[in-house]
Amino acid sequence: MNSLADFVVVSAMLLGIGIYGLVTKRNALRLLFAVEILINAANLNFVAFEQYAPFAPASTVVSNAVGQTFVLFSIALAAAEAAVILAIIVVAYRLHQDVDVSELNTMEG
Amino acid sequence: MMVVTVGGAIVALEAKEIVYGAIGLAGSLFGVAALFFLLNAPYVAAFQIAVYIGAVAVLILFTVMLVRQERWAKEVAPTSGTRIAGIVTGLAVTTVIILAVASSGLSDFTVLANSATFFNIGQLISTGYAPVLEILALVLASSVVAALTLSKVEREEKKE
Repeated sequence: MNSLADFVVVSAMLLGIGIYGLVTKRNALRLLFAVEILINAANLNFVAFEQYAPFAPASTVVSNAVGQTFVLFSIALAAAEAAVILAIIVVAYRLHQDVDVSELNTMEG
Repeated sequence: MMVVTVGGAIVALEAKEIVYGAIGLAGSLFGVAALFFLLNAPYVAAFQIAVYIGAVAVLILFTVMLVRQERWAKEVAPTSGTRIAGIVTGLAVTTVIILAVASSGLSDFTVLANSATFFNIGQLISTGYAPVLEILALVLASSVVAALTLSKVEREEKKE
């Protein structure tokens, strides 16, 4: 576990698992899990690549802080997204008594 | 670390009980935090543990356990066609990326000698990326308001 390729491979595995979950699952909570896994794959890539091959603008002295900063923002965004999705799931459950996304078709035209 | 991360992700999606799935997701997030530690990013790792495991995973667990009834657990098993399509798609994406990585020179990169400190991150956040931070604060506030509004509207409807 010490070359960039190892981290990218883990990230690719997480990406594959997340895509598999998005394609097969119908339960809204499982879809939320899959989205979280996908976001984590992206975050891992950010940190890994900036640690090994940093983005280096001329103005900053230590340049590999940029990727970590981006990941901090990304984690905060993911937390907000998870909170809203959970609220939507709870409301949908109370209205429909179901969290199967193929049953939630009230907004279809 | 790799086993915990990938295994936790698989458990999150494939566990029979959705509560175990949530615990598997927490394990996967913890594995990613450990990988951040390995990448000399302790601040990001601490943030990951605090926000993801401390807030998101616990939030999911509470939602699942508080509102748990039989129909939460009820899951339509995917048809074999869908399942095969999902497995093929996921495996294809993973394989292509792994092949691309293997044939590229990614393994030759070495770790930077001077790693970013808290000071550098704080400096970046409070100077160049300050607008992003402010917009992020707005997004967080509005998402909290949205979550509260969603549950409140529901309660008013029930009263009528």
